[in-house]
Amino acid sequence: MLYREAGQFKTTYAADQQLFPIRQDRIGVITLLLIAFIGVPLFASEYWFSAILIPFLIFFLAALGLNILTGYAGQLSLGSAAFMAVGAYAAYNFQLRIEGIPILISFLCGGLTAAAVGILFGLPSLRIKGFYLAVATLAAQFFIVWCLTKFPWLSNNSSSGVISTQQLIIFGHELKTPTEKYLLVLSIVVVLALAAKNLVRSSTGRAWMAVRDMDVAASVIGIRLMPTKLLAFAISSFYCGVAGALYAFCYLGSVEPDGFSLDMSFKILFMIIIGGVGSIMGSFLGAAFILLLPILLDVLLPFFAGLFGLPFSSATVSHIQILIFGALIMFFLIVEPHGLARLWQITKEKLRLWPFPH
Amino acid sequence: MIKTCKPVLAAATLAIAMLSQNALAAEEQFFPMTSYRVGPYGANGQSFYGGFIDYLNYVNLTEKGVNGVTLTYEECETEYNNAKGVECYERLKGKAAKSAGPIHTMSTGISYALIDKSAQDKLPLAMMGYGRTDAVDGSVFPYAFPLVTTYQMQASAIVKFIKEKMGGNLAGKKIVYLYHDSAYGKEAIIALEAEASLNKFQLVQIPVAHPGNEQGAQWLKIRQEKPDFVVFWGWGVMNQTALKAAQKVGFPRDKMIGSWWTGSEEDVVPAGESAKGYMAATWNVAGKNVPLIADIEKTVYGAGKGNLSDKAKIGTILYNRGVSAAVLSVEAIRKGQEKYGKGKALNGEQTRWALENLNITEDRLKQIGATDLLPEIKTSCDNHEGSGKVKIQQWDGDKWVPVSGWIEGNKALIHPLFQASAKQYAKEKGITPRDCSKEK
Repeated sequence: MLYREAGQFKTTYAADQQLFPIRQDRIGVITLLLIAFIGVPLFASEYWFSAILIPFLIFFLAALGLNILTGYAGQLSLGSAAFMAVGAYAAYNFQLRIEGIPILISFLCGGLTAAAVGILFGLPSLRIKGFYLAVATLAAQFFIVWCLTKFPWLSNNSSSGVISTQQLIIFGHELKTPTEKYLLVLSIVVVLALAAKNLVRSSTGRAWMAVRDMDVAASVIGIRLMPTKLLAFAISSFYCGVAGALYAFCYLGSVEPDGFSLDMSFKILFMIIIGGVGSIMGSFLGAAFILLLPILLDVLLPFFAGLFGLPFSSATVSHIQILIFGALIMFFLIVEPHGLARLWQITKEKLRLWPFPH
Repeated sequence: MIKTCKPVLAAATLAIAMLSQNALAAEEQFFPMTSYRVGPYGANGQSFYGGFIDYLNYVNLTEKGVNGVTLTYEECETEYNNAKGVECYERLKGKAAKSAGPIHTMSTGISYALIDKSAQDKLPLAMMGYGRTDAVDGSVFPYAFPLVTTYQMQASAIVKFIKEKMGGNLAGKKIVYLYHDSAYGKEAIIALEAEASLNKFQLVQIPVAHPGNEQGAQWLKIRQEKPDFVVFWGWGVMNQTALKAAQKVGFPRDKMIGSWWTGSEEDVVPAGESAKGYMAATWNVAGKNVPLIADIEKTVYGAGKGNLSDKAKIGTILYNRGVSAAVLSVEAIRKGQEKYGKGKALNGEQTRWALENLNITEDRLKQIGATDLLPEIKTSCDNHEGSGKVKIQQWDGDKWVPVSGWIEGNKALIHPLFQASAKQYAKEKGITPRDCSKEK
């Protein structure tokens, strides 16, 4: 009843083509943004900012990057964490070696460097597809981590290869508190997410989807495969690179190459599989599921254990948490193979008819 | 109705019980513990944190805490994962606002991630034998303490030991440095290079990629090089593989000296016969013949309050290391109470002061029954390490046997390296170093 678009007439092309054509969606998104920008900073504690919200937003961005490549352009990649590492190290080096460069420009350059590296490792995609391509991107994962450990110049000759990020100064103001860092991450993520949302419904996005669904057919109707695929690699890596820079500068503060391991790439891949391949919303829900659910279980389990007087040590809790988490992943994949985003879509369709389904 | 109420009621009574307990109990000293007991290095964490917690309970049982202040702790599982470690730290931080003992992460990655945060939150971060080693310079790192000794000082001490073995002269000799190709393995290179140019020996560096369960090529190279000694910085499965590989190419194990993370029972027992004669550095001895360890087993496990489910781990290298970390932490609390009032819990800032003014003498160690569990330690603002001494131990196929006294690394050579590195860090981060001469 509430979610019904009856009576919403579109009289101009602009109205018809806007990002969120349904009024309720617009209101929903604007409320969400208002809550994120104003409500959350007013009420959330420091723990929420530095341990939950900031990493969540950063991984949403990385998942979004991978979703552009895998979900929209159909190129499977296992190198997302490596591209994040490139972004982090590049942003660090730009900040270090160019006197007075603004931090946001460093992030941008970090993203662009990651894009360049992404194009390089995207080249095999012109010849190979599917699982074989995944193995080729695995090379990126190992090569980049090796490269960052091997050449001390990249970590400013740190004896251990670990970099400690510089201060975050924007317009002469140093961002120190978690709230400020959160707002910075949020602003960047919102801008990039809206850009992605627009991108995937542009001609570029349609070309990607055509290539994803059948590349021979796509080339027959006049889509040039090479630029399309490489552009997908570039933009995807750009997103991952910016996410990596934020991961280093706004979240951990110091990173080592080994931190960007294959495990992390898998984590990002699982986010989009659980959340929904080929959906912006899916990246958001997937990041929430993979990142926040373990923490929720971690907090809830000891609470319930205490309630029933069960002697749970932190190790037992950790084991049970992994069990439940794994079971939930299987549950969702069986119930809805197209991910949480699809569940959301079904809910929306049901809501349109509610309370009078046919 | 009654049925549904039951859990709620139970929760309420529990909460009330806990509240009143808090109100009744005297002061409590809280230890935030970012521990790990599952994951790839879970076994190591179990021994270390088991020892740590056992000692806290031991102090609670035998002396009713430190001057009447009960020692409490809360664990949070990090799985040796940096992001999880940060999450745990943030979660425990709130509880540590009033009183906080030093935080031990037992992970280089996590401690790196916490260095800035802990300084901002005024919580002391202890990194015993890992972590950011240039934090030895306390003027730049007021809240970080690489206590006892560091990788660089250890490497220097190992070189000193080899030099003694070779008759006091290393000129023209050859030492291979076989290391885990990661932050951990690379830390020692700078010290070994400095030692090589000082003592005029030839240093050959051979990295092993993680996880290191295939080292054929590396050991072939070692056979060609024919070094006088192999200094070995391994981790996890790499250690046993190296020992087996050394046996295969016929390199004598008693010419191999490992770091303290390569010298636990977990490293040599799986290698079986091939580990016999292998040496490793350590700052704490293994075994139950340390009086304190025997007493912990008797008192704490006798009272049924032991933390380990597998009692066989008592007396292993890592268990004893956990106890040594706890001894240091508790001694710091004692020291802090002397200044800030006996019978009062210390907050993070006060514990920080205590860690910086530790003075644990041989006599004091004997009093606790912890002789050989730790070297003597005296910290100050410009020396957050406090000792820099290690022992060399040898595996006799059955147990670790110390084969040297305390060996101190070449401080005059190594500490300036730390200061230079800390200075660079201060510049990058825009930190103004404290003036150590003004600290009291």
